[in-house]
Amino acid sequence: MSDLLWPGVALHVVSGKGGTGKTTVAAALAMTLAREGRRTLLMEVEGRQGIAQLFDVPPLPYEERRVAVAPGGGEVWALAVDPEDALLDYLEIFYNLRRAGSALRRMGAVDFATTIAPGLRDVLLTGKACEVVRRSDKGGGDAYDAVVLDAPPTGRITRFLNVNSEVSGLAKVGPIRNHADLVMSVIASPRTAVHLVTLLEEMPVQETIDGIHELQGAELPVGGVFVNMTRPPLLDDAERALALQDRLPIDDIVNQLTEAVVTGDAHAIARTLVREGTDHARRVELEQRELERLDSLDVPVLQLPFLPGGIDLSNLYELAALLTKQGVR
Amino acid sequence: MSTPALHIDSLLDDPSVSILVCTGSGGVGKTTSAAALALRAAERGRHVCVLTIDPARRLAQAMGLTELDNTPRPVPGITGAGSLHAMMLDMKRTFDEVVEAHADPDRAQQILSNPFYQALSSSFAGTQEYMAMEKLGQLRAQEDAPWDLIVVDTPPSRSALDFLDAPARLGSFLDGRFIRILTAPARGAGRGLGRLAAAGFGIFTGVLGKILGAQVLTDVGTFVVAIDTTFGGFRERADQTFALLQDESTRFLVVAAPEPDALREASYFVERLRDEDMPLGGLIVNRVQSVDQSLMTADTAVATAQRLTQDDASEPLTARLLDLHALRLRERERQHHLTERFTGAHPGVPVAQVPALAEDVHDLEGLREIGDLLAQGQMV
Repeated sequence: MSDLLWPGVALHVVSGKGGTGKTTVAAALAMTLAREGRRTLLMEVEGRQGIAQLFDVPPLPYEERRVAVAPGGGEVWALAVDPEDALLDYLEIFYNLRRAGSALRRMGAVDFATTIAPGLRDVLLTGKACEVVRRSDKGGGDAYDAVVLDAPPTGRITRFLNVNSEVSGLAKVGPIRNHADLVMSVIASPRTAVHLVTLLEEMPVQETIDGIHELQGAELPVGGVFVNMTRPPLLDDAERALALQDRLPIDDIVNQLTEAVVTGDAHAIARTLVREGTDHARRVELEQRELERLDSLDVPVLQLPFLPGGIDLSNLYELAALLTKQGVR
Repeated sequence: MSTPALHIDSLLDDPSVSILVCTGSGGVGKTTSAAALALRAAERGRHVCVLTIDPARRLAQAMGLTELDNTPRPVPGITGAGSLHAMMLDMKRTFDEVVEAHADPDRAQQILSNPFYQALSSSFAGTQEYMAMEKLGQLRAQEDAPWDLIVVDTPPSRSALDFLDAPARLGSFLDGRFIRILTAPARGAGRGLGRLAAAGFGIFTGVLGKILGAQVLTDVGTFVVAIDTTFGGFRERADQTFALLQDESTRFLVVAAPEPDALREASYFVERLRDEDMPLGGLIVNRVQSVDQSLMTADTAVATAQRLTQDDASEPLTARLLDLHALRLRERERQHHLTERFTGAHPGVPVAQVPALAEDVHDLEGLREIGDLLAQGQMV
């Protein structure tokens, strides 16, 4: 794939089924987009402190912090958004009411508003993302070249991004309605791309396909599908075909094991190897079938490999380089 | 220190156990485990009802669930003397039913058509958890119910702890002081406000009105009044369910995958259960790499593969199968190491490990297979 992916996109929203590694992909994407002296912001909104764990830094406060430098002198900044603080921000920006905000917090009103009032929490979180995207630096340019949002999982993403339609049903006029409309002017525009992270397994792929249809139905801009934790097939096509028909040449394997002076029962070892080879072939077949389903979606599909040692900062550079190779600039 | 094996069958067969709650972070196979446990219990003679929250389509089909109708349906194809009912939670429907059951028709209509109620019942972040608990309470209380064991799946929330906290949060919100103050004008009395009212309550509601829109406040107010006069506090209902979860006939099964995040969540949950005095059955670790560890070490496998490759211009099949074996051994080793962190911190918590399956479950036979694997517990 040599086409440049997502030029002009300022807000990358990364979602995915639980356990697919969406935080890792979001971080790798922020790293990729920060190459060559650019500056990106990686945001999380679920209070999990996943970014701090990944970059091995102390828990992030509600404050933008630099967490890594990117190849070529760029910078990755990070922000863990807390809905209560976002509400206080909001009060200050729109009403100049920070002090009143503190009083409200003491009374439990902030907790009320952020955890209870339907959708308000999501309004605040998406609102914060848009504030950062629209923010200018001192020279009048964009404060960040790109913002990457580690968003809620696939099952909730459309509702999360589209929250202002619910808000509109409840608040027909007033500042909250105006604000929600402003947010949607960023989120539902070509400046945003919503990406879904998946594994090559049936359930997450199905959720991804459903998620994309849902996003498209809500007229939200779909970016790409990131297939995470892929493993290269160790057997070639012909061997896998044999394995699937239970026709791996067990006698040859026994001979080769004996030739390699393996200790133990060569027959027993050969039987295990054949069984594992068959298992592997079945898995690869299933993965290829799932990949074909994703390819038929007509959105860019990117792949990132499984890294056996778990993910740390050095792996993120590796993943970022792989994304660059696949056209993410 | 040794980790006891989780004996699934003795748990399922124990007639004093009447509720099994499967919990854990998203993507660990919680729903599938719940369904497999329910099927196994039924085929071992129990009369079981399984409450699933958001099953994958094919899993739902495997249990004969084709539509979301919020009622337990008998699952055909069960062998043995037991029986299995299955249902998918419809959270809005459950909420509506609570209202309809406790209010006279006019009042119920008033609540159901309230815009705030509609938003709350379909989109509030804790409603699904609350309604799962509500449904569990209903299934448990149902008279002449054909089941003696209820298996509950929990909502796919960010953190497994949400499941415990959300009902209390929603209950205390609907029942709480703040909302009473907020809706005091609608109740026609400022009783209990005292100094607070003097401190400028009007300004305060004015600010909230500005943020939320005045209409929202009015809707909230009329909703709370309507709901408050029809049935006793939500908090009380939440408390009752909480007590049910502490009952000795309940067992929690914490489900995880052998990955750092999932096991960390499992750890939090186990600690929380202890704090809350809730009975833990054990930990189920799904998706474990299956491999025969008795043949050779990973290093030996790689070394043998190299010897074969040196003798041969092209890498022979056997060498690649040995490499594959080494990869599996190393993956198993990594997972073992991660799981040990959990068992080290929680000695005494019984653990069952279930190997990763190549394909998802499509039918009862697939669920049976998972049930067998669960019962074998410590895999080879």
